Order: sequence, then C-alpha cells, then structure tokens
Amino acid sequence: MVRIAGAARWEVVVVGGPNTSMTDRVRALVAAHRGDRGALLPILHRIQAEFGYVDQEVVPVLAAELNLSRADVHGVITFYTDFRSEPAGRVVVKLCRAEACQSVGAEQLVAHAEQALGIKLGQTTPDGSVTLEQVFCLGNCALGPAAQIDERVVGRLSPSRLDALLAAEARMA
Amino acid sequence: MTAPVTVYVPCDSAALSVGADLVAAELEAAGRPIRVVRNGSRGMLWLEPLVEVVTDRGRIGYGPVEPERVGDLVAAGLLDGADHELCQGVVDQLPWLADQTRICFARVGITDPLSPEDYLAHGGMAGLRRALARSGGDVVAEVTESGLRGRGGAGFPAGIKWKTVADTPGPDKFVCCNADEGDSGTFADRMLMEGDPFTLVEGMTIAGYAVGAQEGYIYIRSEYPDAVRTMRKAIEIARAQGWLGGDVLGSGVRFDLHVRVGAGAYICGEETAMLESLEGKRGMVRAKPPIPAITGLFGKPTVVNNVLTLASVPAILADGAPAYQALGVERSRGTQVFQLAGNIARGGVFETAFGLSLRDLVERYGGATRTGRPIRAVQVGGPLGAYVPESGLDLPLEYEAFASAGAMLGHGGIVVFDDTVDMAAMARFAMEFCAEESCGKCTPCRVGAVRGVEVIDRIVAGEDPDGNLALLGDLCELMTDGSLCAMGGLTPMPVRSALLHFPDDFTARH
Repeated sequence: MVRIAGAARWEVVVVGGPNTSMTDRVRALVAAHRGDRGALLPILHRIQAEFGYVDQEVVPVLAAELNLSRADVHGVITFYTDFRSEPAGRVVVKLCRAEACQSVGAEQLVAHAEQALGIKLGQTTPDGSVTLEQVFCLGNCALGPAAQIDERVVGRLSPSRLDALLAAEARMA
Repeated sequence: MTAPVTVYVPCDSAALSVGADLVAAELEAAGRPIRVVRNGSRGMLWLEPLVEVVTDRGRIGYGPVEPERVGDLVAAGLLDGADHELCQGVVDQLPWLADQTRICFARVGITDPLSPEDYLAHGGMAGLRRALARSGGDVVAEVTESGLRGRGGAGFPAGIKWKTVADTPGPDKFVCCNADEGDSGTFADRMLMEGDPFTLVEGMTIAGYAVGAQEGYIYIRSEYPDAVRTMRKAIEIARAQGWLGGDVLGSGVRFDLHVRVGAGAYICGEETAMLESLEGKRGMVRAKPPIPAITGLFGKPTVVNNVLTLASVPAILADGAPAYQALGVERSRGTQVFQLAGNIARGGVFETAFGLSLRDLVERYGGATRTGRPIRAVQVGGPLGAYVPESGLDLPLEYEAFASAGAMLGHGGIVVFDDTVDMAAMARFAMEFCAEESCGKCTPCRVGAVRGVEVIDRIVAGEDPDGNLALLGDLCELMTDGSLCAMGGLTPMPVRSALLHFPDDFTARH
C-alpha cells in the first residue's frame, strides 16, 4: 500500500486515543494485511473475530492506517450486516427466513423463538445469553427450517428441537 | 485379522446440520477397527447423514442415520453391509444417482475432498494438463465451442467473456469466482467447494492460463464457514502439490488463488458489487458499461464466473468440447446442477443435461412435497425467480423455454411450496427482501421495494384494490426497466408471477 504524504495529518487524531491497547492491536492487524489488495474487509473480519464487534474507536485508526477517509471506513462497516457495533450475546442464533425455509415453517419457528426468548429478531436477551437474528439462506435448503448457532448450521428444526438446542447451549455456558 | 472396514461419513455442512459429526464419533467408538473417511455429500440430502460401507458389492448406504441409532446399526451388521430398514443398497445404483449425468459433481461424495491422491485417482488435473499443452487462445476456443454458459444465473456464454478478457491488453488481469451463493434454494456452489474443492482450483487455473491472468480470488459468503475452511485448506494443499504457484504443473505458468469472505450482503452476488467488495468497499453496484471483462477488479480485465461454471471447465478440457456440447438441448448445452429444496420429500442436488421437465424433477425424483400435501407453487431461480403454478410444471428445464414463459432458470434452485402457502405473503416478502438487501445506489430498487411492500399491504387490506393493483403493476414496470442491476430489475418477477397465477390470494378476503 502506497501512502500519500497527506495521510500523516490524520494520524494525529488517533495518537494517545482513549483505548491504546485496541488501537495497537488494530494497527498490528492492518500490518498483517499490508501486502493484500483492498484489505479492509479481511481486516474488519479479524477485528470482529478478536473483539466480538467493531468499535467506533477503530474507525479513525483504520482510516489513518489504510489512507482512507473516516467516512469510507464507516460506510463499509455499516454496509455489511456481519459487522456489529456492539458485542453480541454469548450465543448467536440466526434463523433462516429465506423462501425455502419459509416453505417448511420458518416463520412459525421465528415466532416461537421470539416468544420463548422474550425478544424480537435483532435483539439480545437482557441477561446477555442469546442474540436472535434473521439470516437469508444458509445453503441448507433441502433440510429446512435451518439455523446457525454460532458457526454451526442445524437443520430439520422444529420448535421443540430448537428449544432442546438452546437448553444445551445454556447448560454449556 | 482382517483389514479395517472403510466407512464414509459426509463432512458436508448439510450432513453436519443433522448430526454427521456425532455419527462419525459413534462409529469410531463402536468397537471394531474401522477407517472413517469424511467425504462430501452424494447430494441425496433426505438420506443425510448417509453412511456408506465399503463391501465386495460396492459402497452400501445407510440413511438417514441418527447418532442414537449407530450402536443398533453396527450390532445389526452395518459394517458388513447387512440388510436393515435404513439400508439403501449399493449407492451408485440408486436410480436417483444413476439417472444423473454428473460432470461438475463427478467426484463430490465419492472422494475425500482434501485428498490430492483421491483427486488424481478420479481424473483430476487431466483438464489442466491438456490446457497447458495448448495455447491460451485454443483453450478459450474450446470453452466457447462447448457452449458453456454462465451458471450463476445470467447464462452468458463463458467463452465469449474469456475471449474479451484475453483480447484486452494489460499486464494485470484477474479471475474472480463468484461464490456468494445467496439465493434461497441453492446450495450447489457450497457443496462443490466442500465436496471437491480442487475442481474449482483447477477450473480457475485453466481460466487464468487461458486469459493471461496470474491471480484469482474466490469470494465466498460468510454464511458458509465450512466452505471457506475447506477452500483455504485446498489452496494450501494445491500450492504444496505444485498445482498453484510460480510453476503450475512444471509448465512455468504462474497462477495463485486467494479466498475472500463476504460479510452478509446478498447484493455482493451481483458481479460488480462483488468486485467493489473485493476491493474493500461497500458492495455498491457499478453501472455497466464498462463491463468487468475490460474494466473489472481494481480496474483490470477480469473474468467473473460462478463456481459451477468454473468447475465445469476441467471436464470440458479433459474430454473435449464435443462431448460437452453433445449434452443438452437448443442453446442450453451441457449439464445443469439443479437443487431441489423447500417443501420437498427428496431434496438435494440433481445434475442432468438440460431438457428434463420441471415436473419430472420435482415429482419423479423429488417425490413432491415433504408434507404430503399437493404442490401449489414452485419458485425457480432464487428469490428473484418466478413462481410457477402446479399446472405449469411441464416446462422443459432450459434457459430459453423458461425465459419465454416469463420465468428464469437462474442458478438452478427449485423451491417447492404446498397448498398452505399464501402467495400474497410471498410477493410481499420478495419486496421486503429487496428493501432489506438493496445496495441503495438506484432509486427504483431502493425506494421501489419499500413502496412495493406498502402497496401490497394496502391491496391485501382491501384498500382500493383495483387502484392499488394498477399502481403495483406500474411500480413493477418501473423497477424492471429502471433498475441498475438484477436485484431491483428482477424483484418484480416473483411479484408479478404471484399476481398472475394466484390473484385470489391478494384480494379474495374481501
């Protein structure tokens, strides 16, 4: 990545920022991708994998390191559903709401999950145990309704099977 | 002491979603020495987890095997291929598999996906070797002659795209594989990447050689973590084997691959949005022209093809264009990997030459609905594809026949609905999905989808139905004609087909 001289003035913004450890870590992640073209997405994935979310504080750091405007970085982070602005619950449950899963009862499953957990899609339970989200297609369309519990895809779900899986997660927590 | 029995348990994520890992663990703990091979899925997903045991008669299948039943099955003689209610017989001879023509999926489910020895033993690298023995121009000509069209949905002739890239001068060119398989009802890209990743590596390398590109990117959606892991491992292994790198198969040709992971944006399956995302930007659609073949990734000439398009290439080069061209009908040549999904008794992957009827596929092979209720509608080609009513199922599966019926084949996904489906709700969902996933660049899509939801709500509520139906018709026309890409341009397709075939669902309540 070629840096233009003007980039230096943006760096002033982040020096001595409130969270130096996160800043240093983000710089290290950027350095690891220095040779990659268009590396912002891989870097954001690594930030989220490490911290669980993409903090607002990383925006000026990334902007300075990658010679982008803060608006560009903010624009990318907010465009993609995957990047969270705050930490998720201990377990993230994504219920597929795409057509194939709808044909075998996905909407009923969503209603059941919302009622059982007492939250709506996109929310986290007050005790921070579960975040419930929608997803459009997990590529498990012949074995629906499907969901993703953390990174694990589960198929042939029914309300009772979902309850059992959630209970198992709660026991492991 | 006899040699341990070889047992296959798929590592495909559909099989994992119904407990394949637990099944493998139970089998290993069953007491007898066995060799467990984690293969891809055979694609008969209703039988997953499908356990196969190697016997003198061939590979005997058992499925669906629930983890709790492994102990009983072993006691009943599973490891000797004994009969059982879950025994499916010799897997290769099952009509569902025997009736297919597998070119893309020739190795999927048969081999260990990450074994280079398996890959070579089953014909791998024959296509690349033949390609490297010829000129790049000859390779492009062979692909053109095969009649291969883009399998991502648009059906553009692959050879013509490659020729444009090859003929565009420039030191830097790219090959990009679009593995952002976001359409509901499609999972063939995922199954290929998880079940036979080296085929994609080989196909992309052939493309790179043919057009003069030295670098390729595979853009995989983040919803497919298993495919990402398998592809990354496959690329490492391919480098170690000398299949990628500075001296591909000792030919002096340089080609290398990188995996990039999406971040939950359906629109990035649109090729120009995908290029933007690969460049580290928001996945905003680009206006065309310029086409990516001339001004693509980082402004360089770029081949953008779907996984299945690129995975068809090794076989075309290995067996020659005439063999591929001999399959199919009219201008749809070769095979298409159809995916039977949704409310279907026997769902999975069915690769066959173009021309079979939709009814044959859904009823004869798919066994109609899983619920046992009558079929009411079938959506073909993903969320932007038309709903075909039961009476229209005799349509032959080929690009032009679908186009003339106001539908599209797309990526070959077929989603079945039974008679409980509310088609007004599905039409509303099409608009809701478009509103959620629109990149926002053009107004017909960004605003039109939101208005579409509102208008459908008013129609269903009985509010001036005639006036609002006319308004919805106008809106659909505007979105079709005025949108920058297929997202806004094709969202009216499911909406209009639902209106055409199921008008009572919208208005009969009043």
